Amino acid sequence: MNGVDTVLTRHPDASSDSLIAILQEVQEEEGYLSPDSMYRISTHLDMPASKVYGVATFYNGFRFSPIGEHNIVVCRGTACHVKGSARVLDSLQQELGIEPGEVTEDGKFSLEVVACIGACGLAPVITIGGQTVGEVQPRKVKKILGGIK
Amino acid sequence: MKIEKPSDIRDIQELMTSRDGRIARRVMVCAGTGCVASGSLDVYKELVRLSKEAGLPVTVTFDKHEHKKDDSNEELYIAKSGCHGFCQMGPLVHVMPDDILYCKVKAADAEEIVQNTLTTGEAVERLLYTDPVSGEHRRGRGDIPFYAGQSRVVLGRCGVMDPESIGEYIASGGFEGLAKCLSKYSPEQVAEEMVESGLRGRGGAGFPTGIKWRFANREKADKKYVICNGDEGDPGAFMDRSLMEGDPFAVLEGLATAAYAIGAQFGYLYIRQEYPLAIARVQKAIETMREVGLLGEHIMGTDFSFDCKIKKGAGAFVCGEETALIHSIEGKRGEPRPRPPFPAQSGAFGKPTIINNVETLVNIPSIMAKGASWYNAVGTESSKGTKVFALTGKINRTGLVEVAMGTTVRKIIEEIGGGIQGGKAFKAVQMGGPSGGCVDAAHMDIEIDYESLKAVGAMMGSGGMVVMDEDNCIVDVAKFFMDFIQRESCGKCVPCRIGTKRMLEMLTQITENDFTDQEAGELIGKLEAQAQVTQDASLCGLGQTAPNPVLSTLRWFREEYEAHLHQRTCPAKVCNKLLTFSIDAETCIGCSICAKRCPVEAIVGEKKKPHEIIEAKCIKCGSCFTVCPKGAVVAQ
Repeated sequence: MNGVDTVLTRHPDASSDSLIAILQEVQEEEGYLSPDSMYRISTHLDMPASKVYGVATFYNGFRFSPIGEHNIVVCRGTACHVKGSARVLDSLQQELGIEPGEVTEDGKFSLEVVACIGACGLAPVITIGGQTVGEVQPRKVKKILGGIK
Repeated sequence: MKIEKPSDIRDIQELMTSRDGRIARRVMVCAGTGCVASGSLDVYKELVRLSKEAGLPVTVTFDKHEHKKDDSNEELYIAKSGCHGFCQMGPLVHVMPDDILYCKVKAADAEEIVQNTLTTGEAVERLLYTDPVSGEHRRGRGDIPFYAGQSRVVLGRCGVMDPESIGEYIASGGFEGLAKCLSKYSPEQVAEEMVESGLRGRGGAGFPTGIKWRFANREKADKKYVICNGDEGDPGAFMDRSLMEGDPFAVLEGLATAAYAIGAQFGYLYIRQEYPLAIARVQKAIETMREVGLLGEHIMGTDFSFDCKIKKGAGAFVCGEETALIHSIEGKRGEPRPRPPFPAQSGAFGKPTIINNVETLVNIPSIMAKGASWYNAVGTESSKGTKVFALTGKINRTGLVEVAMGTTVRKIIEEIGGGIQGGKAFKAVQMGGPSGGCVDAAHMDIEIDYESLKAVGAMMGSGGMVVMDEDNCIVDVAKFFMDFIQRESCGKCVPCRIGTKRMLEMLTQITENDFTDQEAGELIGKLEAQAQVTQDASLCGLGQTAPNPVLSTLRWFREEYEAHLHQRTCPAKVCNKLLTFSIDAETCIGCSICAKRCPVEAIVGEKKKPHEIIEAKCIKCGSCFTVCPKGAVVAQ
């Protein structure tokens, strides 16, 4: 059974108010939302695929292409901004050669930005594969990435 | 444990207090998001392992402990607590009753803590907090100005108990308020007590909570809903995350009390998916409450039945707006709709609904237990109680700060926060997030409440306080907020969708030196006109308040905008396109990292010799400035 089916069997009699929860679970299983998954969900909930797509694209939490082996998320909250997160992001972009939303050619890294992680006391903050790294300096980015490679 | 009638809460409280009495020493290892990120779970494991090895009478659970006859009164209780609020110093370990607070503790420090503090009660000097101003060691919370200057009521339980232990929650007075409501008050009386308390919503607009309850109470409907808004979207605010992580039972008790007051049978907790730990803790608390009979049918043996579930937010700032949040709970795009009808009349699934923010809900149990007059004795004329602020940015002590309404901005920044980092000058504090504004140095003595902040063009919002120093460019900050709001605008109404985009374009022009001399004279006027239209004509609070960061910075820092426009300089040296980059020959070590990184080959120089930037070629991208390992690139 693939990821979508696993999720849908958990919601046998779901109605449209479960749409967001289902999308979240599918993304958790498969890493992203593919057109196929969204069609499957729309049939299951008996609603137009366009509606499913409309909801999914409204929220920042959904992505429509796979992520890299290590997903790097840069917090762009206010506290991080005043402590220089723009330069941290610059540094990551240059080091990895990708823009936010993209994956490196070897599939190892992907880069995303997020509005606020809520770890403002440790600003500027990034997360790598869900692990939070605080007080990131642009100059240390290379070293941090080196530690993963 | 099973709670079958309201008076059971008192009995369990007694039992748990006596259980508490057997604990000779409590060690609270912070397991909030910040400290976990810094490695606090390893510290916890090591402390437990080494204490056991040392033969200390260790206990790690409060609830499931069975009292044995040979138990002494000397237990050592080591637990993972909620957020202590001083995340910058994490991982934090607090030892009571000795009141010793250890900062930046590593797993390797555990041995020393066990051998000294946990065995003999002596403090390990080197792990104590060092005051950045005086350089002295401070022993405990009582000696650290960050804590000593606060009145922690809402945050009272955060960091001093195991947030997953219902026993500890009850021992500290938890569920007393709900038991009192269910046994003594009618729903109307609960709503009126709330009105009397003067509590105003802590999520943003500051609407009186009791009035909301009264409206919803009076509606006749077969179903009603209560919603906890845990979609803390303001970048720079994290008090709701800390409360959900550190005191989840209080959030749920507040929600259940609200449900009783309006006659709701079901509730939702809408929590951001970026807060996995908060979601896990609240989920655990819901399950525990179901097990003991505090959620479900006939709570405490009364006619009141209530249950709730979590809905994970999918990342949309606009969902902080009530009608948008309701749409999201219904599984739709989180777009707001015009009001009336207000949610209290027609909300989730068309039924009367009230939405309260997390911090608001945590205030409720103690208001019910101790009474409205206890609560409204603190605060100012229009704003009662205490407020939690997330103090961050360029300040010596960052973290969560709870103070009585009416405290001055100066006290929070200078006394509790310890002033600006590195001896720099204070410039402004941004309050209220993307809907708020800046308070400048001239207004630091205002006494904070909903009205005083509005008067200076800022806002209470959810309580973010981001401190800026002389190195922060005010136009850049305004642009930052506009960029955020422009992305988060849901797009439903034109004044917000297009207005925020136009304002962002103008701010980008200013910060990127992309304007003619004629435009330089017109941009501020155009910006103000656009701000006015967006404020007046937008559908919901997001759009109506979106221009605030621009208007407030124009009000207090107009000359900084003018410096960008007329002198074409950025006084704070932030806006790259208005700067000239050069390399300091004394500091440069000739590593060539900048030359390799320069996208236009504008940097020349031999290896191991000072490099140089060819100004005519430079496109002012700032890459060299960012990558230089020695800080030799100078921006002017």
